[in-house]
Amino acid sequence: MNDKSVGIVEVKCFNLSDTGESFIELDSGKRFGPISVAYETYGSLNDDKSNAILICHALSGSAHAAGFHKKEGHNPGWWENFVGPGKALDTDKYFIICSNILGGCMGTTGPSSTDPETGNPYGISFPVVTIGDMVKVQKRLIDHLGIKRLLNVIGGSMGGMQALEWILRYPDVPMSCAIIAATSRSSAQSIAFNAVGRKAIISDKRWKDGNYYGGDLPCDGVAIARMIGHITYLSEESMHKKFGRRLQDKEEFSYDFSNEFQVESYLDHQGNKFVERFDANSYLYVTKSMDYFDAGEIYGGGKLETAFENIKARSLILSFTSDWLFPPHQSKEIVDALMKTGKDITYINIKSSYGHDAFLIEMDTQAAIISKFLMATYNKLHGRGNA
Amino acid sequence: MNKNLPLLENRADLSTIADWIAEGSSVLDLGCGKGTLLNYLIRNKSVNGMGIEIDLKRIISCIEKGIPVIEHDLNEKFDNIKDNAYDYVILSQTIQELTFPELLINEILRIGKYGIVSFPNFGFLHVRLQLFFRGRMPKSMALPHDWYNTPNIHLLTLADFKEFCRTRGIKIKKIVYFKGHRHQAGVIFPNLLSEGCVILIERI
Repeated sequence: MNDKSVGIVEVKCFNLSDTGESFIELDSGKRFGPISVAYETYGSLNDDKSNAILICHALSGSAHAAGFHKKEGHNPGWWENFVGPGKALDTDKYFIICSNILGGCMGTTGPSSTDPETGNPYGISFPVVTIGDMVKVQKRLIDHLGIKRLLNVIGGSMGGMQALEWILRYPDVPMSCAIIAATSRSSAQSIAFNAVGRKAIISDKRWKDGNYYGGDLPCDGVAIARMIGHITYLSEESMHKKFGRRLQDKEEFSYDFSNEFQVESYLDHQGNKFVERFDANSYLYVTKSMDYFDAGEIYGGGKLETAFENIKARSLILSFTSDWLFPPHQSKEIVDALMKTGKDITYINIKSSYGHDAFLIEMDTQAAIISKFLMATYNKLHGRGNA
Repeated sequence: MNKNLPLLENRADLSTIADWIAEGSSVLDLGCGKGTLLNYLIRNKSVNGMGIEIDLKRIISCIEKGIPVIEHDLNEKFDNIKDNAYDYVILSQTIQELTFPELLINEILRIGKYGIVSFPNFGFLHVRLQLFFRGRMPKSMALPHDWYNTPNIHLLTLADFKEFCRTRGIKIKKIVYFKGHRHQAGVIFPNLLSEGCVILIERI
């Protein structure tokens, strides 16, 4: 694995109001503003501005996709092994942008941001936003950076939903997209898991209708939501390999309800770690935006083929054999509709035992595929032949 | 055949197929390998090309060339492709490896206006002699495997394929015979003397 890095990076901030937009129109019909966007960029934009790639992050991600904050080795980006010099998203060749989503809690305006009208955090007075709303805000950022065309929009899981939304909402902007371990619509099963997560948060006494800021946080609810999430990100096989039936720090059963099994203590650890860095209300809003996502319904009146008619981007769709949260057949639905509409489409179902999380783990195969797809797209854009 | 055509992947059948395909047409290559043929067609005949392949390394080779490619098992149907979606659907040196060749030929003629099929001829003299005199499963340049490791589970002769087409309302529009990498113009008894062939078919 290439361990070169983009090095120390800083989060930048863009206020939509700086370009005269005090609010945006949300898919729900509401107007909302002001909005500020936290983003990071890596590499440099070329003269004809044709090498820009937008990364869309998943549920718990942030604008910090690569490099380190403050000092080398400290707080690496969530896609550090994928973004950097000579890596799949090669910062020697491309200008990479990643921004935190609308409704998130990592710098972009969300429920934990201060409502200028009240001087207090929005809480659940924050409007419900959609994947489409997140993409609208990303488009404003791209405009602000003076970029008219993106070489690629890439994302895994919920990031893949955004990438799909991009090529539908702004068909003339991305030259290509890479939709990884995603779906064109949340299934009843994935909505159900999100619903349980939300219920856990809302049922936590410390949630207080979302007004917990400045006091005790609804830690138990958030931790349970994260535990459920984590189960859906793994596979039976990967859990078996990682934990088996092994006990944590002991040899024999203690016949009580402490965290005995390794898998229990792992989930507990993941839950508690998440509480420290993720806002409970953001979890409600972001999961809700995923549940609402249905590209076929929004753009095609229920038919994915109709929705895809206006797509101009080259599409790369990747799924993972053991992903049961957004299983391969859901990616295949996107692929089938793109084929039926005669689009430029490439699809691979990557063999992996890591479940949904494979998109953050199976780096070598993904890197080989994506780096070549990007290069070929770049060459097409510049009318260059490939060997 | 156009003499300027390069010998693609050292295979005469690919050069013939490249020669047959009309400028600017749409082409689906089933089992497209590293995309050599499609790459040639896209660059030299401005075709709208797409590949189907199952091997990851070969798929990545296609991606590198900028060719759209789908991972798909040819033993499964093409529910995602509409009738007559392509001008040409190519199946080169693969029919003998399929579990259900009949189903795929039907699919080829449903999704394509024309089908182009190439395969090694099991009726070739050299093949017959090995079986007849040695009593052993034949091996040749076109059939290099042993019986226990061959992917070829539905070997066929030229006569078999012609009869298959005749009984199913499939018209053979063009046919070219080969021995080694050489064209056999005006060959008599091709079922005995040809090592392989390329056939252009269409639904009557």
